[in-house]
Amino acid sequence: MTQVQESPISPDVISKLGLTPGEYDRIKGVLKREPNINELGVFSVMYSEHCSYKNSRNVLKLFPKHGQRVLIGAGEENAGVIDIGDGWCVSFKIESHNHPSAIEPFQGAATGVGGILRDIFTMGARPVLVMNSLRFGSLDKPQNRHLMKGVVAGISHYGNCIGVPTIGGEVYFDECYEGNPLVNALALGIMRTKDIARGKATGVGNPVFYLGAATGRDGIGGASFASKEISEDSYKDRPAVQVGDPFMEKLLLEAVLELLQTDAVVGIQDMGAAGLTCSTCETASRGNSGIEIDVALVPQRETGMTPYEILLSESQERMLVIVKKGKEHVAKDIFEKWDLHAAEIGFVTDTGQMVVKENGKVVVDAPAKQLAEDAPLYIREEKRPAYLDALKPIRVSDLPPTGDLNAALLKILDSPTVASKEWIYHQYDHMVGTATVQLPGSDASVIRIKGTEKRIAMSVDCNATYCYLDPYEGGKIAVAESARNIVCSGATPLSVTDNLNFGNPMKPEVFWTFRKSIEGIRDACLKFDTPVSGGNVSFYNESPKGAIDPTPTIGIMGLLEGRDPVPSAFQKEGDVIILLGTTREELGGTEFLKVIHKLKDGIPPRLDLDEAAAFNKTLLEATAAGLVRSAHDLSEGGFAAALAECAMSDDRFRFGAAVTVKADGLSNEALFFGESQSRAILSCDPAKLAALEAVIKKHGLPHQVIGKVGGDKVKINDKIDVPVQVLRETWGNAIRRRMSA
Amino acid sequence: MSKKIKFGVVAFPGSNCDEDCVYVLRDVIGCEVKKIWHKEPSVGDVDAVCLPGGFSYGDYLRTGAIARFSPVMKDVVRFANAGKPVIGICNGFQILLESGLLPGAMLRNRSLLFECRTVSLKVENTATVFTKKYSQGQVIRVPIAHGEGNYFAEPDTIKRLEDNRQVLVRYVDEKGAATDAANPNGSLKNIAGICNEKRNVFGLMPHPERASEKALGGTDGQNMFLSIVESLS
Repeated sequence: MTQVQESPISPDVISKLGLTPGEYDRIKGVLKREPNINELGVFSVMYSEHCSYKNSRNVLKLFPKHGQRVLIGAGEENAGVIDIGDGWCVSFKIESHNHPSAIEPFQGAATGVGGILRDIFTMGARPVLVMNSLRFGSLDKPQNRHLMKGVVAGISHYGNCIGVPTIGGEVYFDECYEGNPLVNALALGIMRTKDIARGKATGVGNPVFYLGAATGRDGIGGASFASKEISEDSYKDRPAVQVGDPFMEKLLLEAVLELLQTDAVVGIQDMGAAGLTCSTCETASRGNSGIEIDVALVPQRETGMTPYEILLSESQERMLVIVKKGKEHVAKDIFEKWDLHAAEIGFVTDTGQMVVKENGKVVVDAPAKQLAEDAPLYIREEKRPAYLDALKPIRVSDLPPTGDLNAALLKILDSPTVASKEWIYHQYDHMVGTATVQLPGSDASVIRIKGTEKRIAMSVDCNATYCYLDPYEGGKIAVAESARNIVCSGATPLSVTDNLNFGNPMKPEVFWTFRKSIEGIRDACLKFDTPVSGGNVSFYNESPKGAIDPTPTIGIMGLLEGRDPVPSAFQKEGDVIILLGTTREELGGTEFLKVIHKLKDGIPPRLDLDEAAAFNKTLLEATAAGLVRSAHDLSEGGFAAALAECAMSDDRFRFGAAVTVKADGLSNEALFFGESQSRAILSCDPAKLAALEAVIKKHGLPHQVIGKVGGDKVKINDKIDVPVQVLRETWGNAIRRRMSA
Repeated sequence: MSKKIKFGVVAFPGSNCDEDCVYVLRDVIGCEVKKIWHKEPSVGDVDAVCLPGGFSYGDYLRTGAIARFSPVMKDVVRFANAGKPVIGICNGFQILLESGLLPGAMLRNRSLLFECRTVSLKVENTATVFTKKYSQGQVIRVPIAHGEGNYFAEPDTIKRLEDNRQVLVRYVDEKGAATDAANPNGSLKNIAGICNEKRNVFGLMPHPERASEKALGGTDGQNMFLSIVESLS
């Protein structure tokens, strides 16, 4: 970066900053003159995909964003806000830190958590949970184990120290993430609706405070780095990865929430991507005002930093706070209480300009609104990938014989994608806050809001193999599966946050899959009445071998009032077991096909939206009436894997189950391991069976009463017969065993 | 109980279980609670002091090593030396070790990983203000959440702790046996918590405040707080 800022502006410099000649002309048009190097740097980060969504905005318009409960919608502020009734609301969002984590897994993942937490507490909400969605290449390779170890340690380090419970998430393994792991972090906070804070700069003359850690040279151009492909040379970008200090963030969090309880604050924004640049022009733009700062007043941890470096640094744990004139002492007292460094670096103006000075000399003078909101907007070329034309439904008769079904089940449970993730979540403090009423390991994790009857259920999900084989169905299924997890816990899904991880958008095939995935997400969100309230787009997820599978990760927040959450695992001997939903001959894209036959092929399961909606209604009514003791949705590994999980996934007890399930012309493979959608395994008190069956019939989904909870084996149709102890050891140790290799 | 017992919960910068302790003491077992900011010179008029878990000062330098220099700690030492009950949980235990109120030190977990899960503990001595409501040898389920809970001390210190019955809780399996497999962090003698000779200062790595409500999966930890209340009433 130092080379760039010292050189005169040349086509080479423009291109190094990730700008096209057309974008350079646009900048000249906005400024009505040639930019200086500082201005060029400022525009380059604000025009990056990470900040501007210039390649995706046109497609993101498809999302349903409004609803009765949406108080702040996607893109309006740092994070969306959803009304949960009685004067309470939640703010939540997911964000990627893929590229930094590929280069420096520990710090990359840690600062991903730090960044998303700041987005939440700048809204005035106290963060109460963190989740994550992770993707790695095969754990059989040491480099992938190294990445996972670092990423998990980074998340654990940051989340545990700041004291926000990491209550779960999802982890998938596939070769397509080799060299380009995905690290998506989600945070959710709660607040009283009257306490919502805004990221705007208003009131001419109001002072602008810089709060938190001093600015260093770390993370310079991070937003631009995130907006290009990872290559053999990416290790040279290591300085673009920031270093996190969760202790500093804990102090910031407490000080900011205390400060927002006073009447001293006009607006607040964290310095995340594009640091000081983004926070100053965005707050001014939202406030329809101008802003003027002097970089010489910015606390610096290194000597000799240039305005360019200070403006583009992505040093962590920093906030911009616009304080009411005359209330500075209120803010300063709180900063002092928490031993935080704060500096008054400028003030709000009415010029509409973002003016940056260095010791009084103007180094940037650009219109704030155009900088923040008028980045170029592209409509990218789309092309359906040719490989899709060759896909056909998978027929068992075309596959080599599966052999022993017991061995196949154990092999699937040993697959890290299906296996227990306890090696990971035992490293996360998932109980701090004494609010986690459903621990990681169930379909959805649930936290309570103390002093109320409200509980928040959270789930993140995406099966990227389905998206690779059919991006539209895959997008729909990502929403449907996440919603299934929520309703299985008894909660009503309210809103979606999405993390759209894709390859290079300049590749027409990538862009086609992007649009199709979004169309799928849109249709499912409309059907379930779950508007998208925020999220993040991460393009350029490519390693030297090519693009990742399309991975539109969906996080859904649900609300549960006045009842305990329903767990996934069986709870009582003698309970009746029910299989809900229709099983079809659907083996395309399944874990069975990947693990047993080494194939990533076929037509993935179809999702019928009416069926999915009926599923959700069935679960909501049955759980609300207290008819269900456990509910576990069927996903990777199909019915047999899900039944095994029901038997063994609760640490407190283990139950066997003996079941008979009707085949109706299906192959054993499809019956046991197929991944047909909108299905679940329920267990209930025998005395409540009739009432439960009545609810199921009312909503129209088929079901079978298949057996009872009990014994110490899992038995299915005289074909599968394995001791629970063996299942548990295989499933429980699959990741630990590989990580200690 | 004629008068409500008053607990002081000390908050250091980086404490993150302070509010959890306040919640259990105030809302679950109905005591009066005073939150004490670490810069205060005195703990004030409280009957017992709780040093909560967290990452005081980010655990920089060494866990608990900086917190012991916080202004309020001088008064916590005075309070303890006066024979009043002090309980330190997790990071609070580490601070008690650093401040010399309890012997020994913490090493990193032998797995070198942070461990958060529910473990079984055996109550080894019920003749203290912290454990009197348990039965001798009772096995309880309480969560742990730490990266440095591997208790270490010189052999003669360990011998003294054992001889004086200062080990109050030990990591055990479901049957109550202190096996190596039941030891989550490598602590010598499976030690999970110890008290001082006068039995009025207690430090433990597990989190009783996380096992004090049915909604959280168990209430086995509640009796540690109730024992203090009963002793003071």
